[in-house]
Amino acid sequence: MSLLIDAWTVLAVFSGVFFFLAGTVGLLRFPDALTRLHALTKADNLGLGLIVFGLLPQAVDVWMALKLIVIWLLVLIAGAVVSQRVARVARAQESGQ
Amino acid sequence: MMAGLVLDGLLALLVLAVAAWTIGVCQTFAATVGFTVYGLLLAVVWMRLAAPDAALTEAAIGALTGVLLLRAAIQLAPSEAGLNRLRPALKLRLLAGTLAFAITATLAAVVFHLPEPAPTLVPQVTAQQASTGLGNAVTAVLLAFRAIDTLLEAVVLIFALVAVWSLAPDAAWGGIPGAQIKGGSGDVRAYLSRLLPPVGIVIAFYIFWVGADFPGGKFQAGTLLAAMGLLATMAGLIQPPPVASRGLRWALVLGTLVFLALGLAGMPLAGAFLAYPEGWAKPLILLIEAASMLSIGVTLGLLVIGYPAGQAEQ
Amino acid sequence: MADLLLWAAVIVLALTAAGLLRLLRGPGAADRIMAGQLFGTGGAAVLLLLGAGGAYAAIDVALTLALLSAFVSLTFAVYAGRAGTRQALGRGEE
Repeated sequence: MSLLIDAWTVLAVFSGVFFFLAGTVGLLRFPDALTRLHALTKADNLGLGLIVFGLLPQAVDVWMALKLIVIWLLVLIAGAVVSQRVARVARAQESGQ
Repeated sequence: MMAGLVLDGLLALLVLAVAAWTIGVCQTFAATVGFTVYGLLLAVVWMRLAAPDAALTEAAIGALTGVLLLRAAIQLAPSEAGLNRLRPALKLRLLAGTLAFAITATLAAVVFHLPEPAPTLVPQVTAQQASTGLGNAVTAVLLAFRAIDTLLEAVVLIFALVAVWSLAPDAAWGGIPGAQIKGGSGDVRAYLSRLLPPVGIVIAFYIFWVGADFPGGKFQAGTLLAAMGLLATMAGLIQPPPVASRGLRWALVLGTLVFLALGLAGMPLAGAFLAYPEGWAKPLILLIEAASMLSIGVTLGLLVIGYPAGQAEQ
Repeated sequence: MADLLLWAAVIVLALTAAGLLRLLRGPGAADRIMAGQLFGTGGAAVLLLLGAGGAYAAIDVALTLALLSAFVSLTFAVYAGRAGTRQALGRGEE
């Protein structure tokens, strides 16, 4: 049983790591600010999300699991709001050129 | 084991690289982002050094400092291009470089000549910690064994705010600090400012409460409260009270007053300034921490908001 | 297990640090904020991985970080937006 749980943790955590890879590559390689923003949200939502998902069974108590989920929700909400503002900055930059 | 070594090596390289880049970059906005990233890196470094209390403080203060620097950068932006053109003379730059190198070399020499094993007070702290009833040794040191330092630090914070306020023009004195912000309630910023503070306040109280037995405490919690207040202020949802407000003044000094009062009470009751009567240490420390959390939160928030500038500024 | 989580932390740190090249290159304020934000998320992930590996206090640090990085990123974006229209900070200094 514990082997199965550990396998799940490793699988989910490394899937999360893969989305961080996607986010970084996108941030570095995509041609303009708006597409880069699109790549960034993958790391925020899926990368951290999958890592949290993988770590949940490793939590020592309910509180730790709850904190893990709250962290992910905070990053999700912040990401949604901030990317809206960043997109506005990017658009102002492009029209200002 | 290997992974730990690689992680530490990577962290060390990153800290150096980000620090060098932050100093080297000419554009203030980029440097400010760099500095915030640097603070975040330091938080991870402290965590790796098994100093979670320092990591928590760094995470909290690093974020607030980033915002503070950003506001300064915005103020300086109009004159920045002109200043960048004025490069100091070669002699001056050489002198500055030599001085910086000398300081670094001295520090390195000192670090390499530290006695082995390093002198430590850890055994004394662990031996006495039980008498405070606290599980977190750092809190025990800050509020019992070296309480005088913590008291003075709280006072320094208030002096810093007085210094910021002293920049206010005469006409604006006593008014509402910071630039007036028109509330945009339909703004997505206002949305986050409504959503986040309730969660943030709960987290702040949690960090305060666990501080007695686990890493955490009043300073980190106060920073979180300040950040939540700033979030609502910057979205125009709430307005800071005028600096002449009596309630605000009381909130600023409450922590220090409670600390001082209980410290003085220690003289007749426990035989020394800042000593706690037998068995009362933990509740009294919690009381001081609660009052200090409020005062630190208010002070830090007002430090970022700035001085009353009057109606002239946007 | 703990070792694998530590390796995951190493990879996430290395990846988000590579993302910092965007902070270096810019060109605009938006790109710099994005690099900072990615690093904030990466930092939270690293702390969580350290926390699950046994350093439980790291979870609280990650909680503080997640809360404050929302505040910081938003402030940066709002100010950069305001300054960008004035052309003071939006683009690199020529």
